[in-house]
Amino acid sequence: MSVKRDSFSVSITVGAYGSAFGAAAVAADFSVLQACLLSLLLFSGASQFAVVGVIAAGGTPLSAIATSTLLGTRNGLYGLRLAPILKLRGWKRIVAAQITIDESTGVALAQNNEADMRKGFWYTGFGVFFFWNLFTLAGALGASAIGNPSAWGLDAAVPAAFLGLLWPRLADRKSWVLAAFAIVLALSLTPFVPAGVPIISCTLLAIIIGWRK
Amino acid sequence: MTTFWIAVIGSSLFAFAIKVVGASVPESVLSHPRILRINGLVPVALLTALVAVNTFADKTKLVIDNRALGMATAIVLLIAKAPFPVVVLGAAFTSALAYRYF
Repeated sequence: MSVKRDSFSVSITVGAYGSAFGAAAVAADFSVLQACLLSLLLFSGASQFAVVGVIAAGGTPLSAIATSTLLGTRNGLYGLRLAPILKLRGWKRIVAAQITIDESTGVALAQNNEADMRKGFWYTGFGVFFFWNLFTLAGALGASAIGNPSAWGLDAAVPAAFLGLLWPRLADRKSWVLAAFAIVLALSLTPFVPAGVPIISCTLLAIIIGWRK
Repeated sequence: MTTFWIAVIGSSLFAFAIKVVGASVPESVLSHPRILRINGLVPVALLTALVAVNTFADKTKLVIDNRALGMATAIVLLIAKAPFPVVVLGAAFTSALAYRYF
């Protein structure tokens, strides 16, 4: 019973952030349709914000795709982790893949037996998918109704959303050190290279800092 | 227009490919501790860079404008353990005020 409750509360809370995504996408000149397609097809919050953030900063589509894809690699690792528990074949594996994200993985792995893990994964995955897409549409329609994004503070909503996603990951000293270097590297490259490149370059910092234990 | 479509479709295809590969390959392939460690740090590096660039960059110029004030508010709200929607709305509200009056 509590698996259902956990899944539902995670779904609605996380799904509601979809409105911030929809609004941010429209503020960055994506159409309502494009905002909704990102939520339906890409369906991974940080990667979606990255596409919008890189394009909003004047980056090329290629750097938007690269940044979004690098952020999405963790979903692949979640899949590796979940595959032995979910035991999927055929089209079910494809459906499960699409809803393999932070939240469905988190709720699944928090359960203490395999049956509940499977329930947690499917309930949370579909729940977040439903609410995230619903709220994306609401946010996108809302933002397209209000005109100048700066006047409504939407230009600050994008970095604030990134910060909200980043905050819980700043759990140890290594992460703080990495974050500090990333700020310095990204901002010092900004005047000299095409927009988008300063962001992707910070992947190197993660490799350097993560190389040794 | 095309820029947006390429970004939308390209990023969606890659995201889906990663998810399907993850669900299909044997676990041992990517579970080297170093890969896992780096993979955990990549989001920290990219999200931090996205925060910095979306706050202080205007195309390829560095600026301090209404967004910086919005971000200061977001940091205060996060330290106060405010929920995500409050953080985003607080940042947007402060930034909008700054845009209006400065």
